[in-house]
Amino acid sequence: MQPFTTLTAIAVPMHEANIDTNQLCPTRFNKVPRGPKYREILFYDSRFKPDGTPTEFMLNAAPYDQSGIIVADRNFGCGSSRETAVYALYEFGIRCVIAPSFGDIFAANCAKNGLLALTLPEEQCAAIRRQLQDQPGATVSVDLAAQTVTDVQGKAHKFEIHEVRKRCLLEGLDDIARTQQYSDRIAGFENHYYKDRPWLGAAARSR
Amino acid sequence: MTARTMFDKIWDSHVVAEEEGEILLYVDRALIHEGSSHAFAALKRRNQSVARPHQVFAFTDHYVPTTGREKGIAGIAVDEIRNMVIAQHENTAKHGIKLFGFDDPGQGILHIVPPEQGITQPGLLIAGADSHTSTHGAFGAVAFGMGASDMTHVMATQATWQRKPKKLRITVNGKLGFGVAPKDIILAVIANIGAAGGVGHAIEYAGSTFAAMSMEGRMTVCNMSIEAGARCGMIAPDETTYAYMDGRPYAPKKGAEWDAAMVRWQELPTEAGAVFDREVTLDAAQIEPMVTWGVNPEMAGPVGSAVPDPRNAPDERKRSDWTMALDYMGLQAGMALQDIKIDRVFIGSCTNSRIEDVRAAAEVAKRGKAVVPAWVVPGSKKVKVQAEQEGLDKILIAAGFEWRDPGCSLCTAINGDQLKPGERCASTSNRNFRNRQGPGGRTHLVSPAMAAAAALKGHFTDVRELL
Repeated sequence: MQPFTTLTAIAVPMHEANIDTNQLCPTRFNKVPRGPKYREILFYDSRFKPDGTPTEFMLNAAPYDQSGIIVADRNFGCGSSRETAVYALYEFGIRCVIAPSFGDIFAANCAKNGLLALTLPEEQCAAIRRQLQDQPGATVSVDLAAQTVTDVQGKAHKFEIHEVRKRCLLEGLDDIARTQQYSDRIAGFENHYYKDRPWLGAAARSR
Repeated sequence: MTARTMFDKIWDSHVVAEEEGEILLYVDRALIHEGSSHAFAALKRRNQSVARPHQVFAFTDHYVPTTGREKGIAGIAVDEIRNMVIAQHENTAKHGIKLFGFDDPGQGILHIVPPEQGITQPGLLIAGADSHTSTHGAFGAVAFGMGASDMTHVMATQATWQRKPKKLRITVNGKLGFGVAPKDIILAVIANIGAAGGVGHAIEYAGSTFAAMSMEGRMTVCNMSIEAGARCGMIAPDETTYAYMDGRPYAPKKGAEWDAAMVRWQELPTEAGAVFDREVTLDAAQIEPMVTWGVNPEMAGPVGSAVPDPRNAPDERKRSDWTMALDYMGLQAGMALQDIKIDRVFIGSCTNSRIEDVRAAAEVAKRGKAVVPAWVVPGSKKVKVQAEQEGLDKILIAAGFEWRDPGCSLCTAINGDQLKPGERCASTSNRNFRNRQGPGGRTHLVSPAMAAAAALKGHFTDVRELL
């Protein structure tokens, strides 16, 4: 996983609440193998007409075609668990989404792919979106180690992130490698767990 | 000792390790579907085997066609779709994973089949490669969906790193009104707390309304927990749960196995005095048949109400959300929900494709003739067979409904079943998001009885007037 440390990038404001993962990656593209094709898939049904020609959607034109950050409203990434929504953001070049809240599964998927799903209070998100509205193409900076977002006017906003998630993102750590250090603990857990729950034992698991 | 919630009991009994508040949880069962191709690709990249193949169950549902099945897998017309089904066969065979596949008599949707097979049990921690895994909480299990990376991790280690969510108890008391379905209860709950109302929370549904509900109804309720943003939803196991499980293939065998399980199951329910982070209470008597009018499940109202006017929205943000929603849905503010004409009806999905749902649809369908194309897609082959034994297929077909083969079909709309641009569908599924049922499609979420009633009238109608 590519580490996330600091980022200064064009930020695109999205004012709508509850932007779901169906919008980020329409379902029919879920079968596309991971790769650069996902750049075009992001917000496909908003960015392209049924005949395939581009719409006026803001990600289609400068400056927002170069966006690295989305500043959104609450419950961004709600709905389906599809990780393709994150692949699409990633391939487009988005490395950070700032919002008051996220779909839980989406936020977890971001963390596993080097994207920062960053939570700031509703008023701060709204204020940054207004700044971006006034100055299209302005940049926002994120410093993960310092846990700060610097807005268009240079004001720093502190954000919270879980210590383990922060470390994994900063170092680009892989979860499976981390967990494999616990394989003895998992085996020990099973030993005790199934002794206590004979009806879930090996025979019951492979009827 | 302090009183504990059911969620805490199950969570605590699955803790393997902890790192600074992040918990490594043991996973009893993992559920995957054709779309889990990304997880298999990730395993392959890492040259990683599946740690506990007997605890992973695979289902052919998302991409499977719902007609023409007699032609077999080779009969799937679109190469990319057929290849998804074939790849799943190959991947599950390679890793020794049980597949309820295309030709299996147990084939069906990953949230319909595991309960039918007894794979879903009280007290388990179930991880699914699909957000509606919350369904399985209806048995008193902690069940949640996850993305491909987390599922890859589960398949590689049989465990998952999670942070403990907060707890929200939603209590509904009272008898369901005449013609009111479990679907209406959960739509009313979401309209009340909002599509983000459960974010970061595990929901427990409590109260006499759920206690009186069948397992099928409880599954419908828990299924849509994710539509309120919740991590999972659950209902305490009771005699209804145990009676449902009795004799299912993967359930404990009656005798010593069953008795040992029962002792543990009976310890699960939340104890009196246990504290939740949040409590919401609704009165079942106030809940009426519901219809969604917008583009997320919180945009819903009772069938007797009207499409709201954005000018009356409580705040600026809602005003713009409602305006956008009405624009997409092609609706006028203030028009009666019952005046909305529909083009299609879909009765199916992991929310509403169980035997009770088919019965509810047939009960309405026998009172008339469908005036728009209306599909009934059972959730599994077992549901299909049972419905046919009860003669429900004949009733539905006689009323002009189409009786199809099991799968996700027009809910997730990736097997070729989809709406045309601008088409308006009364749907028993779970998401009315823009483009969900096909680009430009317009979805209204309703109960199976309300969907069948809409099929007979060509517009939404209060099903209570037909019954």
